[in-house]
Amino acid sequence: MSQTTGSAANLLDQAEQGSSLWQDAWRRLRKNKLAVAGGAILILLMIVALLTPWLAPYNYETQDLDLGATPPSAQHWLGTDIFGRDLLTQIMYGGRVSLAVGFIATAVALLIGVTWGAVAGYVGGKVDAVMMRLVDILYALPFMIFIVLLMVVFGRNVLLLFLAIGAVEWLTMARIMRSQVQSLRQQEFVEAAISLGLGPAAILRRHVVPNALGPIIVYTTLTIPSVMLLEAFLSFLGLGIQPPQTSWGLLISYGAETMEEYPWLLIFPGLALTITLFSLNFLGDGLRDALDVRGSKD
Amino acid sequence: MALLTVDSLQVSFTTRNGTHQAVKGVSFSVEPRKLTAIIGESGSGKSVSCYAMLGLIPTPPGRIDGGTALFDGRDLLSLSEGELRAIRGRDIAMIFQDPMTCLNPFMTIGEQLIEPLLVHQKLPKKQATERAIALLDEVGIRAPETTFNAYPHEFSGGMRQRVMIAMALINEPRLLIADEPTTALDVTIQAQILKLIAELQKKRDIGVLFISHDLAVVADIADHIVVMEQGEVVEQGAPSDLFSAAKHPYTQKLLDAIPTGQRVSTLTDPKPLIEVQQLRTWFYPNAKAAPVKAVDDVSLTIHRGEILGLVGESGSGKSTLGRALLRLAPITDGQVSFDGTRVTDLEGNGLKEFRRRMQMIFQDPFASLNPRMTVYDTLAEPLLLHGICAKSELDRVIARLMDDVGLAHSFIRKYPHEFSGGQRQRIAIGRALATKPEFIVADEPVSALDVTIQAQILDLLMDLGSEYGLTMLFISHDMAVIRHIADRIVVMYNGRLVEQGSTDQVFNAPKEAYTQSLLASIPGAALQ
Repeated sequence: MSQTTGSAANLLDQAEQGSSLWQDAWRRLRKNKLAVAGGAILILLMIVALLTPWLAPYNYETQDLDLGATPPSAQHWLGTDIFGRDLLTQIMYGGRVSLAVGFIATAVALLIGVTWGAVAGYVGGKVDAVMMRLVDILYALPFMIFIVLLMVVFGRNVLLLFLAIGAVEWLTMARIMRSQVQSLRQQEFVEAAISLGLGPAAILRRHVVPNALGPIIVYTTLTIPSVMLLEAFLSFLGLGIQPPQTSWGLLISYGAETMEEYPWLLIFPGLALTITLFSLNFLGDGLRDALDVRGSKD
Repeated sequence: MALLTVDSLQVSFTTRNGTHQAVKGVSFSVEPRKLTAIIGESGSGKSVSCYAMLGLIPTPPGRIDGGTALFDGRDLLSLSEGELRAIRGRDIAMIFQDPMTCLNPFMTIGEQLIEPLLVHQKLPKKQATERAIALLDEVGIRAPETTFNAYPHEFSGGMRQRVMIAMALINEPRLLIADEPTTALDVTIQAQILKLIAELQKKRDIGVLFISHDLAVVADIADHIVVMEQGEVVEQGAPSDLFSAAKHPYTQKLLDAIPTGQRVSTLTDPKPLIEVQQLRTWFYPNAKAAPVKAVDDVSLTIHRGEILGLVGESGSGKSTLGRALLRLAPITDGQVSFDGTRVTDLEGNGLKEFRRRMQMIFQDPFASLNPRMTVYDTLAEPLLLHGICAKSELDRVIARLMDDVGLAHSFIRKYPHEFSGGQRQRIAIGRALATKPEFIVADEPVSALDVTIQAQILDLLMDLGSEYGLTMLFISHDMAVIRHIADRIVVMYNGRLVEQGSTDQVFNAPKEAYTQSLLASIPGAALQ
């Protein structure tokens, strides 16, 4: 792209900042009480996760084998596990891992998937064929082998876990985005943008991606919980987080083993995950509606 | 005695935004052996009235608030769903605008035709088949025995509409309701279908209720015309009375909106702005198949300041030609030059500058505007992209553009879905004019609009054309519109240019047989 096109694109983006789509979306979102509540709960959870080392009532490693599993009490609000560790502390530390995995891995998936799908769908032809075949190949690769290979080569660490999960989750995202873009680029308003002289990058950014956001947002809010559960599964197999470190997924799977004797060990971590998922879904639905300008104005 | 008598029918729809009275006390009647036409624009309640009495509107949100619809001595509005179902399809049949959506793509035409005979009349299959084939023959389908086993996608639009008519007639109804049955069809096909409906009605002694937005279409075939506006019947009567002495101003407005007259060319500049030489756009569906010759060896010139009308039916390649001139469709072979520059060779910034000078107005203003951009954003985009005005002047320039195309300034922050079709087309025109282009390709810019709006947009285009000194390629299937607006006309058929000449020549002394048949198909002879 030449100099002139670049500066023109800058001007367009400046105009977009004053533009009403995002402002209108924000105004509509604020009116949706469920979505606002969902967003508030998520923010609260994240703040708690960040401040956990200072907020947590106990040390998450300290065991008290004499105490053992106790139901909720004044000292231990949510009870203790079989090793006498405070459950509230465990859930708070577990939330750090689960939220980080959920959001970072999904963000990775979102970034790669949306870009990949948008380019493949918009350019089409051979580029599209090659890009999508690559996606198919990755789809066909057994996920477990992929993760085990990564662990073997790079050693086990949490960051790698984020990347590994993200690297798998973007595939579906790319497919959704591609089909959206394919139908959008047939639209006359995209043809109108071409005839105005807009370049492909500007058309994608200004005309195509904003119109494909609805399904992407919904899929994102579904991806975050599935990523959290995936982490639990990997950790359970010994490929993810290792005790004494913990996550909601791990707490739930341990809780499930002992749910007949100590039901609170399953109920409370389960509740934490459920609240997060509900908040995400409400926020996601709200965002989708808010970004749809055809929704009612008031 | 009338076949159907509708008396003070009232229908309302209740939505989140309140209750909307769609039909406000409508009365009319359909006589046996006569064709009654209901005319109105979108939102006039013409379709709702007919669907409501057959129990075909969703309730809620719809509600029939009052009135009667006597068919055969029985009030349709008081019948139960079961009783109505027995009448629908047997005594009263319907045909719709888009025949493709009404046919099941996975069943053969024959299976779909005989289904009602097998189900309702319990006829043996052999007898039903014979009757269906006879009917296909009657609606003018060639080789009905072969057709019987064909699937819907193997037919053209006109043939599908014939099949739909056959399906409607299979149970020998006494009333046929036709909802815009020719709107989706080409002019020559439309003429054939209108003729077929008129013939069948005489031959089979049925009453027809014909719903249309186009006065010209029903002018030749209707016995009685009902004009509706905003849920009310404003006028009704025999066509001859209505056309010669319309009492209601709205009827007069509809009559005035029919494009008439012929543009007198005032062209003096003989210098061609655009020269097209042996242009070809061929599409290759796959390596082995023969290419689809969308545009084949077309040569033409467009003079500066001229409005060139391009006429053709669907599939004639007229839109592809228009897009190829703007480099929106690929060019397989041939040359296009614009003001002396070979457009075919342009790349990068040269192409961008060229795009500024040539713009396009699309047919469907519901599809050609980005639904997530406000009027302001839509108009600002070309201005900023091409650096037409400084950022500080943006608001002023946009306001001027809105004045030019007749949009109120208060609309500036609104999104496309908040506008009517005509207003949207004004936004699209504003966007095309923003770059101060010299040449505009207008691809059927008024065919998606209501008749009265169509007249306004045509006037606007002609005014702006002379104000901005525009050269225009005006693509349309509608001969009356072309005659009204064009200085010169080219006719396309199957990708080739079959005739060109001044508007006067083409209309009054057409040389080619195809042009003659196009002219003969123009509906509304009774209006002239």
